[in-house]
Amino acid sequence: MSLRSYIIARILLTIPMIMLLLTFVFLVARVLPGDPAMLHFEKQVDPQTLLKFKQQLGLDKPIEVQYVDYLMGLLKGDFGKSMQDFSPVSQQIFSAFPATLELAICATIIMILVGVVLGVQASRSYNSLSDHSIRVFGTTSYAVPVFFLGEVMIMIFAIYLRILPAGDRIYAGMTPTGLVLGDLQLKTGLFVIDSILEGSPEKLAMSLRYLFLPSLTLGTALCGIFIRLTRGNMLETLQLDFVTAARARGLKERTVVYSYGLRNAFLPILTMMGLQLAALLAGAVLTETTFSWPGLGRYLVDRITFRDYTAIQGVVVFFGLVVAMVSLVVDIIYAYLDPRIRF
Amino acid sequence: MNKDRQQGRIVVQFIPLLSSLRKRGLAGWVILAGAAIVTIIAIMTVASPWISPYDPIAINVGPLLSPPSSQFPLGTNHLGQDMLSRVYSGGAIMFQVAVLSVIVCLAIGVPIGLFASYTGGYTDKVASLVMDSIYAFPGLVLAIAIAAMLGPGVVNMALSIAVVYVPSYFRIIRSQVLTIKELPYVEAAHMMGAKGRATLFSYILPNVIPSIVAVATINFADAILTAAALTFVGLGLPVSTPDWGWDLTYGRRLLTSGAWWVITFPGAMVVLLALGFTLMGEGLSELFNPRLQR
Repeated sequence: MSLRSYIIARILLTIPMIMLLLTFVFLVARVLPGDPAMLHFEKQVDPQTLLKFKQQLGLDKPIEVQYVDYLMGLLKGDFGKSMQDFSPVSQQIFSAFPATLELAICATIIMILVGVVLGVQASRSYNSLSDHSIRVFGTTSYAVPVFFLGEVMIMIFAIYLRILPAGDRIYAGMTPTGLVLGDLQLKTGLFVIDSILEGSPEKLAMSLRYLFLPSLTLGTALCGIFIRLTRGNMLETLQLDFVTAARARGLKERTVVYSYGLRNAFLPILTMMGLQLAALLAGAVLTETTFSWPGLGRYLVDRITFRDYTAIQGVVVFFGLVVAMVSLVVDIIYAYLDPRIRF
Repeated sequence: MNKDRQQGRIVVQFIPLLSSLRKRGLAGWVILAGAAIVTIIAIMTVASPWISPYDPIAINVGPLLSPPSSQFPLGTNHLGQDMLSRVYSGGAIMFQVAVLSVIVCLAIGVPIGLFASYTGGYTDKVASLVMDSIYAFPGLVLAIAIAAMLGPGVVNMALSIAVVYVPSYFRIIRSQVLTIKELPYVEAAHMMGAKGRATLFSYILPNVIPSIVAVATINFADAILTAAALTFVGLGLPVSTPDWGWDLTYGRRLLTSGAWWVITFPGAMVVLLALGFTLMGEGLSELFNPRLQR
């Protein structure tokens, strides 16, 4: 199969998956609760107010019409209206998404760095004390709730050592979405990128300072699988003939391990990154809530408090679409890098 | 007849396995360590009414936010509740939610997985597509959505977790059945006249059970973490139930006043319990699928 036909086949497979996902979310959000509007008011509302409320949101129409409206709306980028003030949810989603994206990217970097470095270290000292401690660390990281880890980090770094902020994305006096951020020009919404574009080291340092602890929390919570993956792959690779040959040629151990051995572990790590994306976004919801990080996850948790079911539906759909799209891209990159996958 | 044989085979597989765990090297020890942690916490939870020094939900049994002392070994929270008593009894909810969600997963995932993959063809394709689309979704976000719609409660929490984990069962069972049904002994059974259902239940299922057990233990660990997370985002149980998740959620607000003990002990319990199940799951998968891990 050529790369082009693989891409086409993969896209065709994504369409029914997305349709199923959208239908599933619709069933959960509109059919499962009976009447989401009634649920919003906790059943304490007079019929007239309820009817007006439903008309505003289009919830008064028959369920099949609602379904078609919902799908048609999504095609136009409409994620529904909030039950609280009838504002479009898409607006909120797009203004909160850059914060989540920035956190996710930074956490991914930390997750891979920690995972790969520890994995390589463990494989080099196979069956020694440091190998065992790294494996215990990896296994424990699966069992720690990410928000508890965040709370412990806050306790250590923000409350006792007082070297990092306990939360938020910027210091008080700056608004998260406005342009006040020490008049930082928001082009991408990713503060790190924006401050680099502006060429301001102080703003960059400030953005990184606030970004560090949440990313470290999320990255550490998810690094376990990468430790295991890297360790397993390296143990196999380091025994292969070409590694022995490289050693025999007198190359430095570091070169042998990192440029010969690690290169072979690259593809599985890439695949795992794609697979971990869902876990990353789920972890971001909890991390953002712990650190008051103004992203999509905190918006979702906020909406839960307000019983804003239409907004919850919109955010959940958005999360699903992001994951579907990114896995599509990861699969295509994978097929490009490793032609075997196409057959 | 068939049933006896099937049960016989399962017992034959499990008894030597359990009795020789210690001889199976690291994996055996890992399973034993995990089982020991889980058992101790389970005993502690069951015994909590007798060993708790105070009523875990009674307020003002001591001063507010008192640090660990001889009278309150794990301190008290902002309501003056004794943290030691809450740590003893707070696991009950976790166990209930986890057990219930595993039962629901087994009841739904196992039959669908067995039937779809054994039948093959169109049924298998449709089931796989549905399961894959749920599997690809960020699990916690989906669980949050379902729990938000269903409202609070142990059963609803368990259901929302179960929906997210059914695809894991389906996938592992499917991959196993697809391999096993091509094996010579299954073919031999067919030739001797075994019908579809008999083949599936007495020849294929017993060989899938070890993998199901491994997934179920991992599912336990995840269910505990997800239950704590659902409580954390505000979809938990009312205050009147002692719950580690609740302590973790509300203790967070007390951190700035220096009350580290309110979150530390319940948090450590969640980690321990999830770690116990994770260790068991890891050890079991290593025993059953040695090629997958090292």
